Amino acid sequence: MYQTIKIIIDGKECIAKKGQYIVEAAKENNIYIPTLCNIEGVKPKGACRICTVKVNGRLMTACTTPVAEGMSIESESAELTDLRRSIIELLFVEGNHFCPACEKSGECILQALAYRYSVMAPRFPFMFPIRELDASNPKIIKDHNRCVLCKRCIRVIKDDEGKNIFAFKKRGHKVEIIVDPESADKFTDELAEKAMEICPVGAILVKGKGFKKPIGQRKYDLMPIGSDIEKVSKSKKAVL
Amino acid sequence: MGQKITIEPVTRVEGHGKVTIHIDNNGNILQTRLHIVEFRGFERFVQGRPYWEAPVLVQRLCGICPVSHHLAAAKAMDVIVGAGTGDGLTPTGEKMRRLMHYGQMFQSHSLHFFHLASPDLLFGVNADPSIRNVIGVALEHQDLAVQGVMMRKFGQEIIQATAGKKIHGTGAIPGGINKSLTQKEVDTFLKGNDPMNIDKMISWSQDALTFFKDYHSNHKEIIDDFAEFPSNHLSLVRKDGALDLYHGVLRAVDSEGKIILHDVDYQEYYKYIEEEVRSWSYMKFPYLKEFGKDNGWYTVGPLARMNTADFIDTPLAQKEFESFKAYNYGKPSNKSMHMHWARLIEILHSAEKMKELLLDPDIQKGELVIKGNKKSEGVGLIEAPRGTLFHHYKVNSNDQIEMANLIVSTTNNNQPMNNAVNQVAQNVMTGQSIITEGMMNAVEVAIRAYDPCLSCATHALGQMPLEISLYNSNNELIDRKIK
Ligand code: SF4
Repeated sequence: MYQTIKIIIDGKECIAKKGQYIVEAAKENNIYIPTLCNIEGVKPKGACRICTVKVNGRLMTACTTPVAEGMSIESESAELTDLRRSIIELLFVEGNHFCPACEKSGECILQALAYRYSVMAPRFPFMFPIRELDASNPKIIKDHNRCVLCKRCIRVIKDDEGKNIFAFKKRGHKVEIIVDPESADKFTDELAEKAMEICPVGAILVKGKGFKKPIGQRKYDLMPIGSDIEKVSKSKKAVL
Repeated sequence: MGQKITIEPVTRVEGHGKVTIHIDNNGNILQTRLHIVEFRGFERFVQGRPYWEAPVLVQRLCGICPVSHHLAAAKAMDVIVGAGTGDGLTPTGEKMRRLMHYGQMFQSHSLHFFHLASPDLLFGVNADPSIRNVIGVALEHQDLAVQGVMMRKFGQEIIQATAGKKIHGTGAIPGGINKSLTQKEVDTFLKGNDPMNIDKMISWSQDALTFFKDYHSNHKEIIDDFAEFPSNHLSLVRKDGALDLYHGVLRAVDSEGKIILHDVDYQEYYKYIEEEVRSWSYMKFPYLKEFGKDNGWYTVGPLARMNTADFIDTPLAQKEFESFKAYNYGKPSNKSMHMHWARLIEILHSAEKMKELLLDPDIQKGELVIKGNKKSEGVGLIEAPRGTLFHHYKVNSNDQIEMANLIVSTTNNNQPMNNAVNQVAQNVMTGQSIITEGMMNAVEVAIRAYDPCLSCATHALGQMPLEISLYNSNNELIDRKIK
C-alpha cells in the first residue's frame, strides 16, 4: 500500500502517493503538466525544463521533484505559461524545424506543444544552424537539425546487456547524438524502430519508412497533447 | 531607331512574368520575349534529404497543383524502391493515386476555366477590367460561378480523402499509398446531397462544354484565330494510344499529326529531350534533340494531349474528343484558345474516371505498398493540369537524394508561350505607336491560355496588374502605362 498525502495544484486539492514525482501525481489527478524529455518508467532527467512549476513559490522541474505533504504547486499561471512558451520558442529557433516535410509531423511532441501553447512566431531570432544529415548508419538517419538533446534515446535504447546504444559526441553547442560505434552491431531493427518512436521530434528516422501513417490519423491529429490526461474534448487546443 | 516595350505584372514577386516587345520606328515588331522566374531552388533543397521525403517536400513548389509534384516524385521513388513504374503498383496503390490525380485535374481545370478563362470569354478581351473577373462572372452569370466553386470543392474533397489534406498531403509514398477509402467516404462522393455528388459533377462538366461550344459558334474569331501557330505537341499516352493523365509512354506529334517521338519509355527521357539555356531568361527551353533547338520545341498541356492521343477511354469524353477532332479535320489543333476546349474535355474525362474508380472495390481494400530491389535512379512523369511534368532523382547508397532535375509544365511550354505572345503582338501591335488596354489584355489572354503558374496568370480578384514601359533603341524610357 502506498502512503497517500495531500498536495495542492493550481488551487485544487489533490491526493498523491508519497515518493511520486509531481508530473505523475498531477496526471493521476487529471492535471496535465507538459513534458518533453521525460518518459514514464525511466529515471527523469530534467533536461528540457518544460515541466517547470512553482513549488511553494520556487521554480522546480516537476519531472524530478517528488511530492511532499502540503506542497502547494502552481502550474498553469500566466507566468509559467509564458516561460514554457519561451522554452518551446528557443528550441524552435535553435534548430531547423520544418514541420511540413517532417515525418514526425502530427506525432512530434515539440510541434504538439507549440500548438498547445499557441506559438505563432518566436520572439527570438532564428539561428539557422548549419547541420548535416547523418545517413551513414545502415538502419537509421539522424537529422541533427531536429535534435533537441533530450537524451531520451541515450536513456531508453539499450542492448541486451543494458549498455547504451546512443551517446553524445562533441561539446557545447556542437554536441550531437551518435550511435556508439562499439554498440553498433547490437543495434537491431526493433531497437531502431523504438528509437524513432521515443525520439520526441523527427531526429531519428528509420530508413525507408516514411509517411506510412496518413495525415489526419496521427496521434496529435486525433487528440491534442495533454487532452488525454485532462480528459477534455478535442476542441480544447490552447492554454491561452 | 528601335523601341522596347516592357509589360510587367507586378502583383506577386515569385513566379511573376514580364513581357518585352521590341519595335522599330515604323512600329514593326522586331522581337518579343516572355520572362518567367523559375523554381530551380527545389532541386537544391532536396539534395541530402532522405528519398522518401521528396514527394512531401517538392509539392511545396506549388499551392495550386501540389498533387502533380507529389505524384511525379512518388512515381520516381517507386522506381527507386523497386516497385517499377506506374503499372507496377498494387491495384489499390495505383487506383488511389489515380483518384487523387483526377480529383486534382478536376479542381485545377475547373478553377482555370471558371475563374480565370470564363471572364475573358464572357466579357471579351476589350472589356473593362473591373467586370472582366470572377466577381463579374458571379454577378452576371451566377450559375456558372457557383458551378465553378462547387466543382473545385468536389475535386479538393477527393484530394483530401486520398492524400489526407486538401493541400500538401502525404498520401503517395514510395511504392504505393498510405490509405484506402472507407465505404462511408465513397458514399459521400457517389451519393452526396445535391450538388456534391459525382453524377452532378459529370453533368456540370457537360454543361460547361455546351456553354463553350455555343460560345465558340458565335465567336470563331476569338477561339480559332487568336494566337494560332504551328507547333509540335508532347504528352504521355497509354500504351494503346488512349489519353492517360497518370501514366504511359512519351509521344510527340508534329503540327500535322505525324508521330515524331514514338511512344518511348520516359525513364530515358534525357535521350530524347534537352534543355537550352538562354541568357535573357531564368527558365530553360526544352526541345526534342533529334529536331534541334529551332524545330524541336513542343507544346504540352490539355491541347497537346488531345493532339497526341488516339482516343479517350471514357464514353462521354470520347464523344467530345471525336467532335473536337472532326472540327480540326483529324489534324492536331494549333490554336491556342482550343486549349480551353481541350481542358473542358479533360474535366469531363476526369469526372468519368473518378466515378469509375469510386465504384471500384479495390480502392477500399487490398495491399497498399509494394517494394522490390532498390535502384539508385528513378524518373517519374505525370500529366499535370498544365502539361507533362518531369521529376528525375539519383539516390546514394545511404538513401539520400544526390541529384534532382525537374522539368515543370510551364518550362515545357516556354517556347510556345513566347510564340503565342509574339503572334498576338504581331496582330495587335504592328504599326501602332500607343499601347491600348485591349493590347495589354490580348497579351494577358494569350499567356493565360497556357495556364502558367497562377501567380502570373491570375485575375481572380481583378485584372492582372501590368506595367508597360516603352523604350527607344537608346534604352530611354519614352512612355509608361500601368493598369
Ligand atoms: S535524437 Fe531525439 S531522442 Fe535523441 S537526444 Fe535528440 S531529440 Fe532526444
